[in-house]
Amino acid sequence: MSTLLFLAAEATTAAAPAAKTAGVDPWILGFSLITVAVTIWMGFRSARTSKTASDFFVAGRSVSVGWNASAISGEYLSAASFMGIAGMVMANGYDVLWYPVCYACGYLFLLLFIAGPLRRFGAYTIPDFAEGRYDSPLFRKIAVCFVLFIGFVYTLPQMKGAGTTLAYIFPGMPYWGGVVLVGAVITLNVALGGMKGITLVQAFQYWIKMFAISLPVFVLMSVYGFYGTQLKVNEGRIPPSTVAPAAPAASVPAASVPASPTASQPAAELPRPLVAKAPPDATWIAPFGPLTTKAVKAAAAALPAAEQKQFLAEHQKPYSLLYTYSLIIALVCGTAGLPHILVRFYTNPDGAAAKRTTMWVMILIGVFYVFPPVFGVLGRNLMPDLYTGVGAKGTDKVVLELPTVLGGGKSVLGSILSGITCAGAFAAFMSTFSGLLVSMTGAFAHDVYGRILKPAATQEERLRMFKVGAVAIGAIAILLGSQVEQLQINFMVNQAFAIAASSYFPLLFMSVWWRGMTMKGAAAGMIGGGVCALVCTGTIILGDIGKLNLADFWAHHPLARILIEQPAIWTMPLAIFLMIVVSKATAKDIPSDIRMKMLVLHAPEQLGLKQEYIQEHQAGLGH
Amino acid sequence: MPSPTPPDSQKPNDPIHSEAFLHTLMRRQLGLSVSCALTFIVALVALPLLNYYAPELMAKRVAGFTLTWLVLGVLFFPFVWAISFLFIRRSIALEEDEVKSVQPGTNPKQR
Repeated sequence: MSTLLFLAAEATTAAAPAAKTAGVDPWILGFSLITVAVTIWMGFRSARTSKTASDFFVAGRSVSVGWNASAISGEYLSAASFMGIAGMVMANGYDVLWYPVCYACGYLFLLLFIAGPLRRFGAYTIPDFAEGRYDSPLFRKIAVCFVLFIGFVYTLPQMKGAGTTLAYIFPGMPYWGGVVLVGAVITLNVALGGMKGITLVQAFQYWIKMFAISLPVFVLMSVYGFYGTQLKVNEGRIPPSTVAPAAPAASVPAASVPASPTASQPAAELPRPLVAKAPPDATWIAPFGPLTTKAVKAAAAALPAAEQKQFLAEHQKPYSLLYTYSLIIALVCGTAGLPHILVRFYTNPDGAAAKRTTMWVMILIGVFYVFPPVFGVLGRNLMPDLYTGVGAKGTDKVVLELPTVLGGGKSVLGSILSGITCAGAFAAFMSTFSGLLVSMTGAFAHDVYGRILKPAATQEERLRMFKVGAVAIGAIAILLGSQVEQLQINFMVNQAFAIAASSYFPLLFMSVWWRGMTMKGAAAGMIGGGVCALVCTGTIILGDIGKLNLADFWAHHPLARILIEQPAIWTMPLAIFLMIVVSKATAKDIPSDIRMKMLVLHAPEQLGLKQEYIQEHQAGLGH
Repeated sequence: MPSPTPPDSQKPNDPIHSEAFLHTLMRRQLGLSVSCALTFIVALVALPLLNYYAPELMAKRVAGFTLTWLVLGVLFFPFVWAISFLFIRRSIALEEDEVKSVQPGTNPKQR
């Protein structure tokens, strides 16, 4: 085992010389290395105990509620939650609070409509469910594609988190260097560990993240003032009368406004004056701020000065309301359709345990999500210089760097706390990336290879394919991840959620509750909604990283920009509409044993309908 | 139309496999889920509307927070926990009740 620790240490230090190690803080490096090493060690240790394919895919289906809830939470709390929310709250203010709230509350939908029935139905993966519900191997293939689509979009922000964190730990290291290094370590870990290892690692990493986000917040608040006190600072810095919401942020002379003398913190420390790039207080603290009004402001800027005011008065608030609702739909419904989260419900021993697990997950992640916005609020007051940074040097790194303000940037306590948040960041992107990789590789080895390419594959061949697949998928994720330095972490996660909300969520929801669904209806809806969302995401991402020049188009069509940036408000209803219409048109294709399927989905497990169903099904297939 | 042909393998008098049982089962479960979801959705839809139509009220300061920040950033989480706690309790009770209704032997008082 020590060789492995050594290897991991060497892998990291090997990259360091190239990056000029001069500014590396030993505390920060130490904590990060320990997290990486322990993660890898745990993965390898449990790799020795997981032998069969079933172990690899869903951990032998016997994980206790507590472990499973911690593991789901650990996997769910990604770089977006740990770093992205804080950075985005700092950059955009109130509107971003919808992210943590909806990330946490999306689980309610999962619990109310999907978790129990899905577990009773009993299948390893969503593609298994899709095939079982519609008796269609073709539909399995379609469902597998979406595991991969959503998975790849969701790996982008994890890679950005990795690149940002390593660029912070090793000043001078290029963004892509961090992506490659972290991506390679995790890929290797997954290829050798499988999911049994992952469950344990994920559960452990939840507690690292919880500790890493909460402790620094408590220390910082005890020194600089409570959450509410910090928010109060944003009340008085700029007199509301001077703020014209219509004006672009840069034109407000925020930097020249002196600090509020009424603030109750140590006067020398707080609050630091804002820089010109920071949004002014009045728009930052209030709903419908910079995030949701960006498109309208850009459109207004393209108009002649005389028309700007009227245009904004007319469109700004309605458009931001639309943006807000679309964001809510994407996040709430998207949670219920994330492939790597759903697969974990099958690791519960029964449906009641699946429900209790969801309850615990909501508590665990809910408690967590109170903290990242606090970092954003503190960061705005204590470290406004971050507003001027771009890419990996911008507000996305506020969680990592903020603790260093303690003692004016030179104290050991600040370094230790910053080391702890770096460890948390590692736990965040490592756990989510591992989970995604397992789920995507599982889909590849279990579905694409084991069912489509080579149904006669032996256990051994499938296991080998799992490893090969992990390496291939990891490599693609690294390649894609190195391209997205300009995009905000949280925004990219939002895109993955929008795709999930328009494809898997309608599929699961309708398949569980409407017996009139046919395979063609389900496929039409999932492809229609999902592909529309995917195309929107692709357009926005390519536009924002500069591969497509769309700025002019967006400026003239702000509504289009909003509906493409946040497509869920039309793509999800579109998916459901297509499902209903096509299913009605092909009603003769409703599976003949639909009543039995529905019973298995809904009847309490004590009645033992599943065994009966399996027997009947096998007998039926034998004819 | 949801009128599937009854699978031939089933016993005619078996309450578990009857159309009526499945119908009540799904109705009751969906009823419970939808009522919980509606509570949540009303809050989710109402908050942006309050921000839209009553910005002054929502900007009132409470212990330093604006009211809307306090609601969304802190109070929303316990609210959702309460919904899910109630849902889980009721749904487990519902399942027990369903089992009793088709297996009268386990608890005759129930029928």
